[in-house]
Amino acid sequence: MTSTEGTRVSRRKLFGLAGAGVALAGAGAAAGIGIDKAASSAEASVNTVGFHGEHQAGIVTPAQANLHFAALDVTTKDREKLRQLLKTWTDAARRMTAGQEVVANGAVGSGDYAPPGDTGEALDLPASNLTLTIGFGPSLFDGRFGLAGKRPPQLIDLPLFPKDKLDPARSGGDLCIQACADDPQVAVHAVRNLVRLGFGVTEVRWSQLGFGRSSSTSRAQQTPRNLFGFKDGTNNIKSEDTDILRDQVWAEAGDGPAWMTGGSYLVARRIRMHIETWDRETLDGQQKIIGRTKGTGAPLGQTAEFDELDLNVGGAGGEKVIPEDAHVRLASHQALNGVRILRRGYNFVDGSDGVGHLEAGLFFLAFNRDTRKQYVPMQQALSSKDAMMEYVQHTGSAHFAVPPGVSETGYWGEGLFA
Amino acid sequence: MTVRNIRRTPLALLAGATALVALAACDSKGDAAGAAAAGGPIKVSASDTACDVSATTANAGNLTFEITNEGTKVTEFYLYAEGDRIMGEVENIAPGLNRRLIVEVADAGKYQTACKPGMAGTGIRGEFTVTGGAPQQGDANAQKAQATKSYDDYIANNTAALEEETAKFVDLVKAGKADEAKAAYARTRVYYERIEPVAEKFGELDPAIDVREADLEQGQQFTGFHRLEKDLFKTGLQADSPQIADKLLTDVKDLVAKTKTLQLTALDLANGAKGLLDEVATHKITGEEETFSHTDLWDFQANVDGSKGAITSLRPILQAKDPALVSTLDKEFANVQGLLDKQRAGDGFKLYTDLSQDQVKEFASAVDALSEPLSKVAEVVSK
Repeated sequence: MTSTEGTRVSRRKLFGLAGAGVALAGAGAAAGIGIDKAASSAEASVNTVGFHGEHQAGIVTPAQANLHFAALDVTTKDREKLRQLLKTWTDAARRMTAGQEVVANGAVGSGDYAPPGDTGEALDLPASNLTLTIGFGPSLFDGRFGLAGKRPPQLIDLPLFPKDKLDPARSGGDLCIQACADDPQVAVHAVRNLVRLGFGVTEVRWSQLGFGRSSSTSRAQQTPRNLFGFKDGTNNIKSEDTDILRDQVWAEAGDGPAWMTGGSYLVARRIRMHIETWDRETLDGQQKIIGRTKGTGAPLGQTAEFDELDLNVGGAGGEKVIPEDAHVRLASHQALNGVRILRRGYNFVDGSDGVGHLEAGLFFLAFNRDTRKQYVPMQQALSSKDAMMEYVQHTGSAHFAVPPGVSETGYWGEGLFA
Repeated sequence: MTVRNIRRTPLALLAGATALVALAACDSKGDAAGAAAAGGPIKVSASDTACDVSATTANAGNLTFEITNEGTKVTEFYLYAEGDRIMGEVENIAPGLNRRLIVEVADAGKYQTACKPGMAGTGIRGEFTVTGGAPQQGDANAQKAQATKSYDDYIANNTAALEEETAKFVDLVKAGKADEAKAAYARTRVYYERIEPVAEKFGELDPAIDVREADLEQGQQFTGFHRLEKDLFKTGLQADSPQIADKLLTDVKDLVAKTKTLQLTALDLANGAKGLLDEVATHKITGEEETFSHTDLWDFQANVDGSKGAITSLRPILQAKDPALVSTLDKEFANVQGLLDKQRAGDGFKLYTDLSQDQVKEFASAVDALSEPLSKVAEVVSK
């Protein structure tokens, strides 16, 4: 399949009618490129995110409302099979992010006696700003595929942090696929079809659904709230902060192996929230734990959400207004020698925990240029000092090298397998 | 692990805020007021089945009880006001020992004495009447002061017992008597778990005494109760176990000294009562606290005791402002206690590992049902 084959697909039929969240014009969305000639309408452009570019989409893309994240293990020992799969995946991703079926007319046009080439659940849905982002875990570099010498030093095995309670069944992975979309069904469809294409080469190790983006990654977005009811991501790096992105998010030439230049390092943490005990905490207590007001999201001691944190404001009895163990204090770049990360978190509720509580929390995704210098010191500080740790528990953990973006003729991880 | 709710109020350290209750039997100084108004100490003869009190009435003021344990079980003596509010208590009276309790009772009214052989259950009760004294103060501030004073006494009793029991436990560890130390482990921790929100007030002491291995930070030494728990129940005593034991006793003594200077507010009590149950919900019900000994239910009971202690101290305030909340709390405390009682074994409890998933779920659900009304106490108190 080439990237230009195919015709106007049925996924476009209800374009503009399906209730996909309307993306903000000019918030970094770009027209799907050269896949369906007929699809490059203005309508399409507000609903698709360009797949090609210097960096992978889905990192600084204004965070979509829904996530399906999958970590996979490679089951084959055949390096060439893996390389071919990455090519196949790239082509499929080109099509799906442009709002097309995984193969042209796949859902109903594959003949009566063949299983349909596309699983079909996104047939009537627009692209919904779907982005697909791929990453490689430390275990991929264990020597099975001759990649041992290519492992970036930044791609460490994450240390065990204080109070971690990691479930091996929700941790690690040779590869990851992050699918974000305005419509959850579109995200699930994308992951499902990539997984399907991978049978015999890869298998799902764990996956996570997320809703209600709990971080904003653009100034054009309202700051959303996490399941503690607080605005989350006010101080996040935004796609407009190009200098900060260059310093804190993108791997530069000379940082590590050349195949990672323009890439980034993704830390995924599944954070269970004890929402029941949180909900019994007084408003004052909640605000002191976070360090912001619940209503406006203003830092304690300030008046508006985007006011700069001032960690030195004093209050009654000489106590700091933002307590020493407040979450925003410990996570702030002021307290971490200027270190920042780009967060793309999502809320989750995965059924219940078996003892009468919701299994709820935040699926934390962060992109940084060097996990050793950014995420790790930040999490060490939080795990040991953060008042919020009384109400959260990290139950899953993974780390991936996210390669740079692909050209119109390239494929994911091309530099690694070249 | 630790409860952090109380810590968010600034620490007011008051030099010389002395606890009211003198515990040591050898402490014959009494206090400034001298002997009890009723003419000398009231003698309490405690046994495994009886609790004979030599007088059942007294004038308001400082009352002195002298308790002799003539039974075979370790016992406790309590003087309760209405609603089981603890006016004073002496814990941990070993067989054959004499202990003294001096308690200030300002208000005339109906009280109850109680001995608790085996330190469990509601005890052997007796009516006790106090006459004369000041009329009941309706003033909210006076009520709050009374509440915190009453809880200070509770803390003082438990810290004294903690120091005493820790000393014994440490001796056993140092003598290499692993089996006896194992037997003493959970019952020693009880006194710590009851006052956890207070221990939390002292930043570095709490982790030194009570850190769990899973919560250690980089470069942090594994010390305290749980380190000895691991030595006793998992790896066997280590070469440095005696040093760890010594440090534990030093830290506990330090903590006990510091609690004497602590000034709690009524709000602290309310938050502490809630925090203790949150602690149960997140660490005890999951079996995370006692990873090696599986004695989580002892801690669970102690957390509930501590929570109840704070609530009984606040009871007059709550009763005046929200009687319905008080009855809800009573009901839910009783429900949790009923479930705990079902899991008793010998002098203590079944191991966490012997609980079925259904029993764990039942506990979780009862704790939730109690925690909800507990979370409303702070607001009622602050009104």
